[in-house]
Amino acid sequence: MTPDSVRNAWYPVGLLSDLNPDGKESLLLGETITIFGSDMGEPRVECGGRGLPVVPRFGHLWTSLGAPDKDLFTIPEADHPDRTLVDVGVVRVKCSPLRAVENFLDIAHFPFVHTDILGAESHPEVSDYQVKIRDDVDEVWATKVEFYQPQAAKSAGGGIMTEYMYRVPTPTCSILYKTCPPRPGEWDVIALFVQPLTEDLCDVWPWMALFDDESAMTDLIHFQQLIFLQDRSILESQIPKRLPLDPAMETPTRADLTSVAYRRWLKRQNYTYGAQLVAG
Amino acid sequence: MILYDYILSPSCYKLRLLASLLDVPLELRAVDFHPGREHKGAALLALNPAGCLPILVDGDLVLTESAAILAYLAAQSGPNWLADGDPQAIALQQQWLSFSHRLAEALGGARLVEMLHFDGDLEALQSDGIAALRELEAALFTRRIAGGTFLVGDMPSIADIACFPYVALAPDGSISLDPYPSIRLWMRALRSLPGFIEMPGIHRLHELAPDPFAKDLS
Ligand SMILES: N[C@@H](CCC(=O)N[C@@H](CS)C(=O)NCC(=O)O)C(=O)O
Ligand SMILES: [Fe+2]
Repeated sequence: MTPDSVRNAWYPVGLLSDLNPDGKESLLLGETITIFGSDMGEPRVECGGRGLPVVPRFGHLWTSLGAPDKDLFTIPEADHPDRTLVDVGVVRVKCSPLRAVENFLDIAHFPFVHTDILGAESHPEVSDYQVKIRDDVDEVWATKVEFYQPQAAKSAGGGIMTEYMYRVPTPTCSILYKTCPPRPGEWDVIALFVQPLTEDLCDVWPWMALFDDESAMTDLIHFQQLIFLQDRSILESQIPKRLPLDPAMETPTRADLTSVAYRRWLKRQNYTYGAQLVAG
Repeated sequence: MILYDYILSPSCYKLRLLASLLDVPLELRAVDFHPGREHKGAALLALNPAGCLPILVDGDLVLTESAAILAYLAAQSGPNWLADGDPQAIALQQQWLSFSHRLAEALGGARLVEMLHFDGDLEALQSDGIAALRELEAALFTRRIAGGTFLVGDMPSIADIACFPYVALAPDGSISLDPYPSIRLWMRALRSLPGFIEMPGIHRLHELAPDPFAKDLS
């Protein structure tokens, strides 16, 4: 039986720009759902003849199989009118939804997976940073993450020290805020919204809210698809496939403090979909 | 020369790859293939009524088949990548170029279904893809026993470049390359060429990892 925390969470199920009035089938937590667009702008999602709650936000349609006890999170920074909002499009990945989020939080893989773009093999060090589970908002936050990046964004002219903040507002979504090359003092916002199809299969919907007046939209999409596809091949080969939530299996190093906090936070709310609780 | 390009497309990548191996500059024009389906829009259909990528525009010349574009680049800037003179080599090169379309349809198709939600009969695509891989493995094994590394002749050619990307990305369509040792050696040889470039899912060669069983002799 799926725990309430899993059924009551919000999940992305499609791009608002690509909804079909005749309905499109998909999966959510192993259950078949049908997503209907509408010319009236009132999308619906059904599961076994039952209407599900829906929220259109961040360019995507969101739903839940249960009765969400919280509103869908917001990203106030993304509301700035000068930002370019980028729907990157779906990528299917054969991995646990929690693995997809955990990889997004892990900066240490940049030099080896995103070589010469988000990291350089000559600069693998991750400096000290701060991680906490913020009880006021019930979110995981990592701040003051600093890292050298050869090409931090499409808009970056060369290598820079980039600062990151990471935020996990709901178990299958993560948002990162990073130094915005053309606008010092502002953050670029990059999000990974994960739709758990099953415990080992997900549709990943990357989304961005950037300050970038120079790059064409398609270049922004390609840059992010390039990055995420580099992750995809890693994600599909991770072992064990499900994310271990058992503290005995954790061997924390400084680089994965965020992942330790994320696992602890999942365990605390009994979010076990895509997780394994026993070693092995 | 303008290449209408999609970063995740193996058919576009093979042109970027050959251009890099030959040190030919290409002007890339990014096309929103996914999620935007820009290749099915009016502007690109006017260039290529088949509604697909790549498209190469060089002055008045518009080329829409990757095999033709490989031949064009090689003829201009790398004639030794093109079989020439020997009837058998010319014929084999043509045959591998045609074969690359089978790879594109089957392995490339399975990848688009598995990865980007395209429509298609996944099982049929995978089984056609595996049949093609087995043929390629057998051919490369025969070449290897005869002392060859590449598909045609002694040197890498456009035949290798035409086939390589779909094969290397087969795992994206859930097709393992573990059963094909000759294919893996061939891919390694291609990845070691000077000027080789990557695409997501196709990595550069890294130093060999340390031998986990090596004895510490210090
Ligand atoms: N556009 C981002 C790409 C990053 C991204 O969204 N991908 C995830 C997957 S791991 C990631 O690595 N993010 C870290 C990052 O943005 O640097 C960037 O420029 O840094
Ligand atoms: Fe990554």
